Amino acid sequence: MTKRALPVTVMTLLLLAAWYVGAAWLNWPQAAETLVRANKPAGFADVLAQAYTMKRPILPTPDQVVVELWTSLTGYAPTSPRNLLFHAWVTAEAALTGLAMGLLLGILLAAGIVYTRTLEASLLPWVIASQTIPILAIAPMIVVILGNIGLTGLLPKAVICMYLCFFPITVGMVKGLRSADPLWLDLMRTYSASGMRAFWSLRLPASMPFLFASLKVSVAISVVGAIVGELPTGGQAGLGARLLSGSYYGQTVQIWAALIMASLLSVALIAVVRGLELVLLGRAGAR
Amino acid sequence: MTFPNPLDVREATASRQGSDRAASSAKSSVVVEARKLSLVYPTADKPVTALSEVDLTIARGDFVSLIGPSGCGKTTLLRVIADLERPTSGHIVIEGMTPEQARLKRLYGYVFQAPALYPWRTVERNVMLPLEIMGIARAERQARAREQLERVGLSGFERKFPWQLSGGMQQRVSIARALALQPDLLLMDEPFGALDEITRDHLNLHLTQLWRATGKTCVFVTHSIAEAVFLSTRIVVMSPRPGRILDVIDCDSLPRERKLEIRESPEFAAIAHRVREGLKEGHSYDD
Repeated sequence: MTKRALPVTVMTLLLLAAWYVGAAWLNWPQAAETLVRANKPAGFADVLAQAYTMKRPILPTPDQVVVELWTSLTGYAPTSPRNLLFHAWVTAEAALTGLAMGLLLGILLAAGIVYTRTLEASLLPWVIASQTIPILAIAPMIVVILGNIGLTGLLPKAVICMYLCFFPITVGMVKGLRSADPLWLDLMRTYSASGMRAFWSLRLPASMPFLFASLKVSVAISVVGAIVGELPTGGQAGLGARLLSGSYYGQTVQIWAALIMASLLSVALIAVVRGLELVLLGRAGAR
Repeated sequence: MTFPNPLDVREATASRQGSDRAASSAKSSVVVEARKLSLVYPTADKPVTALSEVDLTIARGDFVSLIGPSGCGKTTLLRVIADLERPTSGHIVIEGMTPEQARLKRLYGYVFQAPALYPWRTVERNVMLPLEIMGIARAERQARAREQLERVGLSGFERKFPWQLSGGMQQRVSIARALALQPDLLLMDEPFGALDEITRDHLNLHLTQLWRATGKTCVFVTHSIAEAVFLSTRIVVMSPRPGRILDVIDCDSLPRERKLEIRESPEFAAIAHRVREGLKEGHSYDD
């Protein structure tokens, strides 16, 4: 642990230093102009202090973002729209629903592809083609179409997440369902086990390490999908809505706080997946 | 059951197929009968004859070893008996049935070259796998698994995962798993091939005691002359290209109860010599 602490600390400090240098550099012209307009002294130290404390900086400093996060998280009840936890939960809800749908779709597609040769030839190209369309282009379409048939709120966002999530799961599960050792399959044959039995007792458990690798990718892109899905919905709630309203009013600090919250959410969800993996496969997977 | 054995009381009462198997085995003392059995693999350049006109009769309670260099078709012959391969011509009858019927009735237990344990299952749950597939109740499954693990000397390892066991122990688990089916016929494909000689001696001794205690018919593939002579009541010497039987040697001169010391006896040496001569005749030392 201590061996890792030093390099991690050094790297973090370097990144923070770069961030402060960048903030000074980007905010400098605006800060200098403000001081000159207000007829205040505009020496190096004055401009630097101004660049680091602006209300709407081009790039806020890490401390500004942390203060914004802190006041948002501690200053309001978690159910208040002013608390980022509220928005994170709205986004997480859509991301997790979409992930569950993507998981189901991905596994069904993979099972179809593994068990039916014609599906592999006919379906796989479409699965791959689906991912060549930029999500930003198709997300508003999904929202419009689903809105038109009366589906609003969580579901359109979840569908967008599903659209992104199912792909890594399909690819991983096709590989995973085929990963069973030929001897393991022969063994099933000597027991004259049915195809269903071989699926549940052999192919599916053998695919679990692949599934979890895919899930870690999927959960992160699911959060991205939910945020993208919140942009065209008008942005009532969710981290995407927070980003949108921040950019309407030039509230860069608010945007950055929401960005940090989004990445914290992804990290937390990946940690949950990792935890599940350890619980489910832990001892069996240890080598 | 045909073989009243104090160790096997449970088998007589518990086996689902026990009664009809007993009925069929009462008819005949022949377990496996192959006539003019041939198997040709079509390959890209020219067809490969894995088995050529093989005639073989295996009597009930026999321990038959198939010996020969690699590529002589001994594993193929075992796989044909197990219905893991289909012969291209000739006849083979297992307990008065086709190999497929025998497989569907789960008349044999198969031990592969590698332990082929499912890594996500504990030792006990690996042994319980065939019983799960047969639809045996949970308590009964566990009792049988424990009994078989005890029989191969692995009591206390039930909750371990395969990777926590040595290679020899893993192979013993796979033997316990084959025994858990309570088959009259045990098919073993070089089960100890990957183990060191000390472990191998130990397991050979264990296996011969097991065979005597259970009265099962065993077909054992090996390329070790010493192993074949030590274990067998009959040795089938095979030669490659095309795979055929050169010699069938009866080991009546050795006592049915085998101890490691018999390997020093002149009878043992005589049989080993005959096996070696047989292998030489097939020019199997040339390549």
